[in-house]
Formats: sequence, structure tokens, C-alpha cells
Amino acid sequence: MTNTLHRFGDSESFRDDFIVFAIPSKSNKDPNALPKLHRFMEIAMEYKPVNLGETRHGGALRSSKNLSPLSHWKRDMKPDFKAVIKGLTIPTTCAAVFDNLPAAEQFVKRIKEEDLGMSINISTSIEGAESCCNYACIARHSVGYSLGFEGKTEKIPNSQVTTLSTMCGHGMISHSLAKKMIDFVKENRRSPEQAATYLSRFCSCGIFNPSRAKRILEDARTNSK
Amino acid sequence: MKINPNKCVACGNCTYVCPMGAIYIDPVLKRATINRDECVECYACYNGLSQEHLNPTLVRTVRRVFAALRIRFEPEPDVCPTAAFEPDELTWPRVVRRAFSDPSVPHESTGVEGRGTEEVKTNDVTGRVKVGDVGFTIEFGRPGVGVRFRDIQQMCWALAQAHVSFEKKNPITSLMSDVSTGTLRDDIMNEKVMSAIVEIKVPVARTEEIIRLVWDVEKRLDTVVAIGVATRCGEHGEEDIVAPILEGLGYKLQRAKTNIGLGKVVQPTGEPARETASV
Repeated sequence: MTNTLHRFGDSESFRDDFIVFAIPSKSNKDPNALPKLHRFMEIAMEYKPVNLGETRHGGALRSSKNLSPLSHWKRDMKPDFKAVIKGLTIPTTCAAVFDNLPAAEQFVKRIKEEDLGMSINISTSIEGAESCCNYACIARHSVGYSLGFEGKTEKIPNSQVTTLSTMCGHGMISHSLAKKMIDFVKENRRSPEQAATYLSRFCSCGIFNPSRAKRILEDARTNSK
Repeated sequence: MKINPNKCVACGNCTYVCPMGAIYIDPVLKRATINRDECVECYACYNGLSQEHLNPTLVRTVRRVFAALRIRFEPEPDVCPTAAFEPDELTWPRVVRRAFSDPSVPHESTGVEGRGTEEVKTNDVTGRVKVGDVGFTIEFGRPGVGVRFRDIQQMCWALAQAHVSFEKKNPITSLMSDVSTGTLRDDIMNEKVMSAIVEIKVPVARTEEIIRLVWDVEKRLDTVVAIGVATRCGEHGEEDIVAPILEGLGYKLQRAKTNIGLGKVVQPTGEPARETASV
């Protein structure tokens, strides 16, 4: 899940962005991986994640293949966490996204106590991950640093757009849609919460952080960068 | 991917959601059209847009009436009102576009959803990156720019000349006709994908050399590059070997992916071992 690694922003901008994910190893097949992953997500629910997802079916906010025309006036914008847990039928990477450090710390501590025996990773600022480990009395095993974007960076749009679009590292959230949502918020055609929800639906593994997106969209309403 | 012209009502919603900007409304046809050369078959349009199944004739009529009255219809921005997108039958070499662009499709060579491998995410059970090693993920095309294999080829050749070992289970490695020279298959050179990751592992002493090599090659590429550098932490979770090298090269380290070492090696019986994998 390198897709969680290269989010645009500095450490401060990740203050509300903590992704904790469990990954079953292909070379170390665990026959009990599926119930363990279910347990991982059920425990995550206790700490009020802002998103929950798995790589096969997506996150708690998904597109619909059979939308009612009435949805233009009355659409369910609430995340469906239970559907994510219920939909997990084969072992794959599962992620829980939190928007505050205490929740992430407590979840990591609880996961350690649960002793699932599964590889667990935290993707956030370096300080944020260290804080979670310290809280849970865990010594980090391995670390993968993001060095950011380089090369032809003139092809990348402004920081607000890139901050939103890189919350799906697979690139399923286009720069154009992120820019459109910023414009919608600026024009007061949609609320930041609604705009964040639209963006969430394009993330195919549920690691998009709608809470951070809402903050960025709120900020974009009055600040241009 | 293709758009059924009999269904499309040219609402334009899809032009925004395409990560490659490959969809436009053809002014003559008055239908959404895909620039197939730029399309990376990521399926963001098909998977991401919600679908209504409205009658296209009815929708076109309503849109014409509204347009004549200068009334702006304000539909949901993430909806295709007539479910006009239809998956295409992809053949070689175009099929590699989807393998590297649609994360919901497991790559045949790895069995992992996405474009890379498990890297250090399962290092606590695989021991893949050992003390004294540095694992590099060199990703091209991200964010939202895309990359053609001819650009990836430049980097692979340079890395092979530096005698690095490519990660065997990586999808890019699987497309090499000659791993020793880093040469990719000829027939995929012009294929464009959302992003692709080259993975290598070197001794920590070569960290600076590899980064300088990447800097040199990336100047010649028509895309963006994102480097990930992974290493094993010390006994107490400290990492004071690689970070100083990276900072010395001018990087301000902000974000990381941290494996917290809770994984356990599973015995053939299915029971977890008592101790975590030692690396």
C-alpha cells in the first residue's frame, strides 16, 4: 500500500490523518487471516474511524451501480462501515483511517493487546507513528520514508488540489475532480462535507480521509494556494 | 474502456473524473469521447461514477430545453445518468495499462492488488529488508500524471548498469526481457499507465549513490517520480542510519509508513510461531 505513503503535505498537515492497516503476507499464508482481518476492522469501529476499507471492494463510501434519480435531491451521504466488514470475504489489505492522534494511539495499543499475529503498519507523519508506538510500548520494526515528488513537478497542480487528490495514492481521484470540488465549495454549490463525500467514492480501497478533505476544502474556500 | 454513443448524453461529468484527462465532449459528435492513447484503463470512470439508468432520449430533451432557457441543471457531479461506460475487451499489450492502473485488479505476476509488492509492509514476517539493507521504491507517474514504459526503461537501464538487483516479484521486473540489463519488452514501450514502481534493494552504504542516480535520470523523463526508502529499525525502534543520509541530501522527511512488528511467522500447521521473525 505505497498508495498511503506519498500523500502531499508536511507533518503538520497530517495532524488529522492516521492510516492503520493490516496486511496478510502472500509468502506467509495464515489460514486464519480472514477472521483476524474481520476482528481488526471490528476493533477499529470502537475508535470511530473516518473511513474503513479493503482493497477488493473499497471504503465506507462507495459508488452505486443503480442509483435512483431521486438521489439528486435526497442522497445517503453517510459512510457504511458495516458493509465494508460484511463485504470482506477474502484476505486482503484492510485499513482504518482516523482523524485524531488519541484514537490512533488507542487503536494501535488495542491491536497489540489483541495479538492478531498479522503485519500492522501505520501511515502518517513520522512523529505521529512514533507517538502511536510509544503509547503502545512498541518498538518500530521497519520504516519506509516518502521523499515526496520530483522530476517534472510542473505537471502537478497547486497544493490544495494535490493534497486532496493524493489521498488516493492509486490516482483514482483526478486532479480535475479535486479542483471542481474546490470550485463547488467556493461557489457555495456544495458544502465541504458533501464535496469530501463525492471524492471519497472514487477511492478504491477506503484510505481516503474525508475528515482531512473537509478541512482542506474549508480552507480552500477562503485561501487560494 | 468505451462510451456507448447511444447512451451518452454529453453531460460532461466524466470529463472531470478521468485522472488522465482523456475524456472530452466531441463538438461534432456531441458525445463524450475517450482519447484512447491517453486512457490508461484505470476504470475510475466506470468504477467511480455512480450509475443511473435514465432514458437517454428523455435526458437529452430535458437538457436541450434547459439549455435553451439558460437554466443550469445541477446534477450530482459523480453520476453517469445513463450508465454509458462499457468495459472493453483488452488484448496484449493494451492489457498492461489496466494491470498498472486499476488497483482493483490483482497483477498476475504478484497476486497483489496495486502496482507494487508487499515491500516492508510485511517485513516483520518476510525479513525482506534486513539490517544494513535499504529498499527503494521508485514510482513513476504519480500523482495523476501517468507514465509510458519508454520512460521507465531509462531508469531500469541506469539501475542495471549500477548493478542493483531488481525485486523479483515486482510487476515491472516481470516485464523485463533481460533482467541483467534492465531491458523491458519492446512491445510495451508506448503503453501508458497510471503509475508503476521499480523496486530494488541495496546495502545502506549505496543509498546516496542510488538517489543521485535517480536524480540524474529523472531529468530526462517526461513524468514525475516519487521515491520511497525503506529500512529496518534498531532493537529499540530507532532509525538513525538512513534518515541522516536522506536529510544530508536535502530531503525534509515528513511522512513514513511504519511496520510496527506485530506480525508472526505462521508454521505449516497454521499456528503462529511464538517469536516474530528475526531479521
